[in-house]
Parts: sequence; structure tokens; C-alpha cells
Amino acid sequence: MSSIKIKVKKEIIEKIEEICKSFDNQSGELINVLHKTQEYLGYLPAEAQEIIARALNISAARVYGVVSFYSFFSMKPKGKCPVSVCMGTACYVRGADKIVDEFKKVLNIAVGETDNDGVFSLASLRCVGACGLAPVVLVGDKVHGRLAADDVKHIVKEYREQFAKLAEA
Amino acid sequence: MATYKYHVLICGGTGCRASQSNKIIDNFKRLLKENGLEKEVQVVETGCFGFCEKGPIVKILPDNTFYIEVKPEDVEEIINEHVIKGRKVQRLLYVDPKTSEHKADSKHMGFYKKQLRIALRNAGFINPENIDEYIARDGYKALATVLEQNDPQATIDIIKKSGLRGRGGGGFPTGLKWEIASKNAADQKYMICNADEGDPGAFMDRSILEGDPHSVIEAMAIGGFCIGATKGLIYIRAEYPLAIERLKVAIGQAREYGLLGKNIFESGFDFDIDIRYGAGAFVCGEETALIHSMEGFRGEPTFKPPFPAQEGYLKKPSNVNNVETFANIPVIINKGWEWFSSIGTEKSKGTKVFALAGQINNVGLIEVPMGITLREVIYEIGGGIKNGKKFKAVQTGGPSGGCLTEKFLDTPIDYDNLLAAGSMMGSGGMIIMDETSCMVSVAKFYLEFTVEESCGKCTPCRIGNKRLYETLEKITNGNGTLEDLDLLRNLSTVIKDTALCGLGQTSPNPVLSTIDNFYDEYLAHVVDKKCPAGQCKALKRYVIDPDNCIGCTACARACPVGAIKGEKKLPHEITQSLCIKCGTCYEKCKFNAIKIQ
Repeated sequence: MSSIKIKVKKEIIEKIEEICKSFDNQSGELINVLHKTQEYLGYLPAEAQEIIARALNISAARVYGVVSFYSFFSMKPKGKCPVSVCMGTACYVRGADKIVDEFKKVLNIAVGETDNDGVFSLASLRCVGACGLAPVVLVGDKVHGRLAADDVKHIVKEYREQFAKLAEA
Repeated sequence: MATYKYHVLICGGTGCRASQSNKIIDNFKRLLKENGLEKEVQVVETGCFGFCEKGPIVKILPDNTFYIEVKPEDVEEIINEHVIKGRKVQRLLYVDPKTSEHKADSKHMGFYKKQLRIALRNAGFINPENIDEYIARDGYKALATVLEQNDPQATIDIIKKSGLRGRGGGGFPTGLKWEIASKNAADQKYMICNADEGDPGAFMDRSILEGDPHSVIEAMAIGGFCIGATKGLIYIRAEYPLAIERLKVAIGQAREYGLLGKNIFESGFDFDIDIRYGAGAFVCGEETALIHSMEGFRGEPTFKPPFPAQEGYLKKPSNVNNVETFANIPVIINKGWEWFSSIGTEKSKGTKVFALAGQINNVGLIEVPMGITLREVIYEIGGGIKNGKKFKAVQTGGPSGGCLTEKFLDTPIDYDNLLAAGSMMGSGGMIIMDETSCMVSVAKFYLEFTVEESCGKCTPCRIGNKRLYETLEKITNGNGTLEDLDLLRNLSTVIKDTALCGLGQTSPNPVLSTIDNFYDEYLAHVVDKKCPAGQCKALKRYVIDPDNCIGCTACARACPVGAIKGEKKLPHEITQSLCIKCGTCYEKCKFNAIKIQ
């Protein structure tokens, strides 16, 4: 294992090792370690998985197996405005599929992709539990409820403008 | 509580928070202060009231006024009118759709009249982040009683006699489960709470944890004492940040009060609780998969036996119960098993929480006695179908359940009746569908879910469900044959008989129940190549009714592919070979001339 060279900034390696250590480098805490690492990096690249595997003294295959098993973990960076459309049953029955289609059209990306400038990424998720507001879309942490397909372009516009302002500043 | 003139309860559940209930709370606090009323009016952020359709909800005590769809800017009026002048703000009251009467008191609202709240007894009444409020409502009294009696078997007997069955879906008798775990001797045992609510469309566990976390903590300690476990673990979805936060606060407070930790109530009993996080895998609701996930592995189920009661977390005897099951325990101890078993039907005692959603007027969380009929739930509590459309089906049990039709509307709801009708109780999702829902598509929707969530360990589930999904897709694309219907039936039976865990064994249920109850609709897809509900895009045909078309050209101008031809002021026509079935013409036409075939 020690022969593998990992091309990551030193401070990132140290931070991940610190996370592992905060869980006593226990392999049973792998999922908690991955949660914390994803919180820190935004996603779980292969390099980060190798650092974790080394620290917890387990194979990289086991780490990858867990990362790929759970939908909450991602190996790709998300956009700065991650859009998640709820595809729970309540939202589906109230037309969530049309909302997804509209986002695909407006953003010109498929589900699971990030657009070229890295602003928007599109994902579907299962039930945020706000079924009273169905259909529901999350942009970052903000919930947009009771949506119709027509609302999609307004939402995208709103965030694009917000983002442009931030970029200027 | 006596010093305050009014108590303002504001829902702080996920649904209402998404509609700015935070801002409402801030506005109340700020404006009360500005008016010098902060000592007379107490503002409380509570858990979910259940009536999510009309959220955010603000309730004012002592007069029990129930304001709906409150916006942050309405707060000023509520304070000026209600708090200062004692007049109710009429425009924010619930209006009974049948009688058009304003209902100020939630007790008189159709949505609440037939409900009986046991598991949800405190949600919407107390501040979940204040342990004193829980204690004021008999909180931790049951734990004290149990520890004072110091007879685990006597407590297990009470739970057994109450008839409580697992609320997570399986319906296994809770008392019996505890008894089995209590009899397996070991140096360490674990009491585990399953809060991995993965059924899309069900959110009762989340609401209990957000609205009344102490009820679960107390019950876990009681259960821990009964089976001889000193450690409790709560496995919760990472997707529920608010519930996690409230749980952490509650566990901290319970430790501070000595209700968790060493020597609880000086009985010599030690018990403490840790939280473990899920990471988005439906199969982890299965108890063996859940345990593997807690150990830091892929959440794949294993064959039972050994049951968790024999060999569970870290190979030690463990007992897994669902959140709602736990929430019932303290009340059963406080009020007695006789009281609990007097509610419900012969084999299903007590109440069940359902998440009512879909095409229904009153979406929300309800708790009803077992034995209530679907008709009462849908038409009296749920307020009927949205937009006056016709009821078509109700789906219970989530991806493991089935769709029930009109003929089951008067069947009393309990574990056994739902199973006999081809569905199941499940965790309590109840999705109402109207005539615009295509049942083949609904089955496909659930199969898509199962295919995605199948852990891939056993072949029937991994490959069988995929084939079911492909066949359904073929049918909704208009390429299905009669043989495909036989294939669906046969393959479903094989998967049910051979899959390893509960997920695979129940995954074909949505297919089987829709074939059984809506065979005509499947036939229409494969024989007539039509989708009666008009949902399957490939089977849709838009045509213009020449009698209604006045030739306004609105549709032709809107058509993105130029498939509509015709002279001005003369009936138009759609060229079917060009039509992409986007439905734009249908939306643009003001003369009801575009028909879907």
C-alpha cells in the first residue's frame, strides 16, 4: 500500500486523516468517515478513498464498495447550485417527471450531470418528506414546493442571476 | 405555563419550514417584543401538526384557533387582531369545502375529527427541544414505572398483551420480539431503532423524531431494560437533517437529566444511545442490512436465521424496532394494555400513522384507529379527490405494496385485511390516485425504484426485477403483447418465491396487484395500443375535433415541429407522423378542440 503515490494537496490529506482519527481509525466507522469527508470535499474522489482506506487499514476496494453502494455518496463534484428533484411517490403522482424533463431541457444536461460552467448539477432523490408541497425541488438546501413545469425556467434564472452577482462581487 | 395569556404554536416540521415557518417565528418574536407582549405570549416551535397541505400552520392556545397557510407578513395582523383585540383573523381560518363555514377550532375540522393520536400525541403540542415539556405530558413516567417494578418479563408481558405489532411494515408482535431477545444471554446486547424511512412518500418516522424525539428515547430505554441491553443505537437517514438535530438535542437533555447514562432513576440500570447515519439505501430498512450498514459495510441483507435477536450488531443479540413502534410503548405502559387493546381490530391493535399524499385534497400525516375504512380516510379525513376528479386507486405499502380499487373502499384497514386484498400495511404510505394515473406506469415507477435500490446480492431481485421493468417499459411504449402479461405474472411469482430478503420478496407486488385489479388497462395498452389515462406518451394521439376548431391558428403557431396545418378560420389538422406528442397544442387551445385519443 505504501508504494502508492497520491496526488493530492498535503493539507487535504492531513484533513482527511484527521477525520479518520476523530473516529479512532475504526473501520466500523467507515460510513461516518465518508459523510464527514464528503462534507469537507463536496464529493469523494478515488484519491480520498485511498487515503481513507490506508488510515482505517482496510482495502480501497471495500471503501469503493461502500461509496458506490450508497446513493448519498458521490464520486463526481456537484455544481455550485445542485438541483435535486424529488421523485418520491407523492411527487411523482403530482407530476415530478415533467419537472425533471423541464430541468433537463432548460439546463441541457442529463440527470447525474453538471453543466459546463459548473453552476448547476441535476439529480433526482427519493422523498425529502415534504409531500404536502409536492412536487418538490431542492436547490442546495432550499426547498421549492408546489411547482409546475413553467416555474423551472424562473428558478434557473433566479439562481443564475444570484450566481452572476456573486461572481461579480 | 400559567403565566402566559396566549401560547402561539408554530409548526417547525420540514414541510412548514420549507414554506418559511422560520420567518413566521422570527416575526412573532420580534413583533411581540415591539408591542411589549413577550411576557404575555409564549412562542413555541413545535413538531408537525399533520395538516401539511395547508401549511404553515399556526395554532393559538388556549382558544385552540387553527390558522392555515400563514405567511410571514400575516403575523402582524394576527398579533393586532387576535392577541391584542381578541378577534380571530377570519381569512386565515380553515374553510370547510362542503359547508363553506369557517372552522376556527381544529377539533371541528374534517381532517382531525376521525383521528386518534397516540404515536403522534405530542407532535404539534410540545416544543421538541425542551425536555420539560415532554415530562409535563407524562414523559419518562413509563420508564420510571418499569424501572421501579424491576421485572423485565412483566413489562414484556404488558407489551405482548397490548397486541402491539411492528409498525415498520412487517407487523411482527413487538412483545414477542423483545421476549426472544431477552432470552438470549450475552455480555452485551443492543436496542436498535430503525429510522431509515426509505419508503418514498412516507414521512411519519421523520415527523415523530422531529416533533417528539423523547418518546423514542424513553421507549428505547424501556426496551433496553426488558431485553437486557445497555446500549441503544438509532440508525437514521442522512436526508433528515432536522430530525437528526432534534434527536441530538434530546439525547443531550436526557443525559443531563440522568434519564440516559449510568444508574437511571437509581435503579442500577445503565443505558445510553448513539446515532448512526444511513447514506441513502432503501434496502437498509431491512434489519440485517441495517445492521451491516451500521457496522460500516455495504447494506446487503443476509439470510435469516440467524435472526438479529440471536446474532445482530457486532454478532451480539440485537433487537430492531421502528420509530413508530417505539412511540407507542410509553403510552401503553402508562395507560395499560387493556386500554391499548380496546382500540383497533381483532388482530391489529391500536392506531396507525399514514402519510396521505397524491391526488387528494388534504395531504398530510394522519393517525387513525386500526379498522377504519379507506373511504373514511380518503373522503372524510382526506377531503376527497383533488379537483373533483374520480377516485381510481390507493397505493399502500410503498414499493412493497399494491394498489387497491374502489371495491376495497369499505374494507377495514388492518395488517391482515390489506394483505388479503393484495397489498400490505408497510410503513404507512398512502398514495391516492385519480383517473389521470396510468396503472401500468405506476407499476413501472415502483419497479424503477426497486431496480435502482436492489442491492444486487441475489439473482431473482437483481435480474428478475430488471426484466419486469423492461417488460413494463415495452408495454408503455406500445410494443407489448399478450404473452408479456403472462411473463409478468410468472416472473413475479418466481421472484416472490426465491428472493433473499423482504425487498425482493415483495418487489413484484405493485405489478401483480395492478394486473389483478386493472387487467383491462393492461389489455388496452397491449391490444388496443391505447393508454386510457392518457399518461403514456408513446400511446397518445392528439387530434383536432373539426366541430370545435374555429381556425384561430393558436395551436399551429405554438407547435414546435410545425405538425399542424390549416387555413385561417377553417378547421386545422395534425400530421401524426410529425407530431412529437408534447401537448403544447392541447394547452394552447381555448376551444376544447384538441382531443387526446
